[in-house]
Amino acid sequence: MSSTAHSTAQYIKIFYILLALTVVEVAIVYMGLPKFLLIGLLIILAVWKAALVAMHFMHLKFEKKFLSIVAIIPFVLCVFLILMLLPDIFPR
Amino acid sequence: MSDAAAIHAGAEPAEAPLTPESWGKLGMWLFLAGDAMSFGGLIVGYGILRHASKNWPVPSAVLGINLTAVMTFLLIVSSVTMVLALAAIQDGDKRRFKKFMGFTILGGLIFLGLQAYEWTHLIGHTLPEHNLAFSKDLFATTFFILTGFHGMHVTGGVIYNTSVLAAVSRGRYEAKHVEIAGLYWHFVDLVWILIFTFVYLL
Repeated sequence: MSSTAHSTAQYIKIFYILLALTVVEVAIVYMGLPKFLLIGLLIILAVWKAALVAMHFMHLKFEKKFLSIVAIIPFVLCVFLILMLLPDIFPR
Repeated sequence: MSDAAAIHAGAEPAEAPLTPESWGKLGMWLFLAGDAMSFGGLIVGYGILRHASKNWPVPSAVLGINLTAVMTFLLIVSSVTMVLALAAIQDGDKRRFKKFMGFTILGGLIFLGLQAYEWTHLIGHTLPEHNLAFSKDLFATTFFILTGFHGMHVTGGVIYNTSVLAAVSRGRYEAKHVEIAGLYWHFVDLVWILIFTFVYLL
């Protein structure tokens, strides 16, 4: 199932997308956008790029679902970590 | 449709999802999940310290965004050469595999060289100019911890990839070993994408 996924053309396509997203990231930093907009955009772009690497280069898209569950656990735990620390981040 | 198939329609296939094609691949994924938690803890800690600090400098004013954009580009390229190396060995083309694996290792080495240059420049010039110092200032401390922890991973990856290249050359490793090494290398690339955003761009 994975041999069809390993097409070189597909890898090169993902490479160009990653490259374009990186250029956009650097460009918007220099554009002087409002802070909340900049933070939101940068986080979306970073997660997008990370997902592309995991799905295509690390073949998660073509693997059994179990590996995706393994991969997603750290992110879920990090979200919990942030939630648990929120009272300390924004003390009353 | 047989009765058994009817019962299982819509359910998981009979082959258990917990049984991987390759235990080595599952092992690497479990290791990477643990490693991701280390990085996650560091990045969340970084965010909280930064949020709580009154006088956090604007990163792009202190750090060289353009140089690190080049470093990001380099890691993405080396990730691509890694998948091309994997595709080559899956086709049974060892020559092409060696070429692309060599590029991957070279990319890692240049990345480390640029990071060494960046650190030297920061420690020698930029940080003193901004009255920032490692161990005294949270900005500098968290910067060196995060990029240093990642740099050690790149160093490990270069050593790992070099030994895989040597083992394939001697006929001891095959495509499946390269795939597992690739997982580690792409993970290092993935983490850098996040560090580049959180430490340099935000």
